[in-house]
Amino acid sequence: MSQETGPAPNSAEQVASFSGGPSGFKARLITLLYTMPAIVPLFVLLLAVAIFGILLGDRFLSPFALTLILQQVAIIGIVAMAQALVILTAGIDLSVGAVMILSSVVMGKFSVDLGLPQEIAILCGLIVGLSCGAISGVLVAVVKLPPFIVTLGMWQIVLAVNFLYSRSEVIRSQIIAAEAPLLQFFGRTISFGGANFTYGVIFMFLLVLVLTYALAQTAWGRHVYAVGDDPAAAELSGVNVTRTLISVYALAGLICAFAGWVLIGRIGSVSPQSGQFANIESITAVVIGGISLFGGRGSVAGALFGALIVGVFTLGLRLLGLDVQWTYLLIGLLIIFAVTLDQRIRKAAA
Amino acid sequence: MSVKPVLTARGLVKRYGRVTALDRCDFDLLPGEVLAVIGDNGAGKSTMIKALSGAIQPDEGVIELDGKPVTFSSPIAARGYGIETVYQTLALSPALSIADNMFMGRELRKPGLMGTLFHQLDKPAMRQRAREKLTELGLMTIQSIDQSVETLSGGQRQGVAVARAAAFGSRVIIMDEPTAALGVKEGQRVLDLIRTVKARGVPIILISHNMPHVFEVADRIHIHRLGRRLCVVRPEDCKMSDAVALMTGAMRAEDIKQSA
Repeated sequence: MSQETGPAPNSAEQVASFSGGPSGFKARLITLLYTMPAIVPLFVLLLAVAIFGILLGDRFLSPFALTLILQQVAIIGIVAMAQALVILTAGIDLSVGAVMILSSVVMGKFSVDLGLPQEIAILCGLIVGLSCGAISGVLVAVVKLPPFIVTLGMWQIVLAVNFLYSRSEVIRSQIIAAEAPLLQFFGRTISFGGANFTYGVIFMFLLVLVLTYALAQTAWGRHVYAVGDDPAAAELSGVNVTRTLISVYALAGLICAFAGWVLIGRIGSVSPQSGQFANIESITAVVIGGISLFGGRGSVAGALFGALIVGVFTLGLRLLGLDVQWTYLLIGLLIIFAVTLDQRIRKAAA
Repeated sequence: MSVKPVLTARGLVKRYGRVTALDRCDFDLLPGEVLAVIGDNGAGKSTMIKALSGAIQPDEGVIELDGKPVTFSSPIAARGYGIETVYQTLALSPALSIADNMFMGRELRKPGLMGTLFHQLDKPAMRQRAREKLTELGLMTIQSIDQSVETLSGGQRQGVAVARAAAFGSRVIIMDEPTAALGVKEGQRVLDLIRTVKARGVPIILISHNMPHVFEVADRIHIHRLGRRLCVVRPEDCKMSDAVALMTGAMRAEDIKQSA
């Protein structure tokens, strides 16, 4: 480890002297942002919490309010993990919200209407999500259609299937609690000192940890970044681009199905109408989280911070008594700021 | 021929519709040599190289590696035989680190449970080997093995691609236009790199349009014309202008001293 610090002292005939690059605070800052793009959203998040804390005091900075934000963010946070994986491969998944709803409807209908054991119903819901993702993955990786088009079509198809199958009927919370309580598993809460952590929130954090490990510490994770960076180069280097892409879309579908399960826990019922904006909100979280829409750069932790920023703004502005449109306005500004920063950092570092 | 060639091809034919890109083409690479392949645009030299690196499959003809017939269904298959290609595009992932790039597609896993069950990469080992390779090739002017490739200069990137090929290419290394995108100084540095790899005993096939570079570093020059090998010359027997004349058809192969 010690020998890599400092350039080699010999070699007048270097390829190009790198050590004499730009230095000083600005360059160091750019290098830091470049290597850890999740720092900016983390900073914005902490800043937002601090500002709302000063403005609102204990109403905002209480364990209750802060964990309430986590509960409100959990669904979008989980879906944003799926979206982040796909966007890392330079793709996009517009069907995440629809897949989430269909999975939750399958879980509810299979257990309540068909009378299947609740474990089997949940498994079927997860398989539905996985399959939807895998189909999108095959269309992107094998048929080589643009991800935007594939998932736009998938979004419409899945949403239509959802409404046709459920006949837009809600399965009420009491019925689920009586017949398939496991569906509401993620709504259960661990409480201490005013803080309420639902199992859904805990699942979200575990998912971030698992995905962070998989992306940073396994060959699969390196391949995801390489495919997003330059698929032709990845292929020539010996990466199975097709398999990597299919696995990413399938995993994204599975994560969305889990989000559907968490959604049942959050709202208690199974509602075919809910979660309509999950695709746009997940993309928002990912972009604010510093993941490049051009692929190959960013981290899932950033996407979590992005989702939390949206949650903090939403609750903070509501507690201030402001119109909800102010939230959208500020989020819009943040998106443009985040993308500008992404472009600048890459230009400066390249 | 007294020395047994490492890699040979006999009678390679490749047709694309009505165009014949390779017309009964022969090829020989001797142990430990730098063989330059030159030819006019459209002469079919890149088709021949693709056949040798597994990127395409010839319609007819045989390829032999160390005297045994082989068929390469893909570049990955060719790599399995120890034939590595440094592509003109380099095939590096710019946002990933040098170590990540060197082991892309053949990562090392940690020994024990973390490797088998959790598929954890052995990053220290990969860093170590990547650093060794770069040092061996005199490329350790790079600050850190964890630097992303896009922070490197063109020559350094070429160096990383060559180091990757040298790390795994046990039999043959093919280099496609390695100096084309580089400035004078960096181009020279890459030629030094070619000599270093050669000194380690691995033969190199060098495709280049840069005649001064070819004449500086090559042991023999394979001149390709109209889909086949026109002749093989030694740089000391042939002037640069003659090589160009042979390439373009202004001079006949009978008029020059050919290499064995």
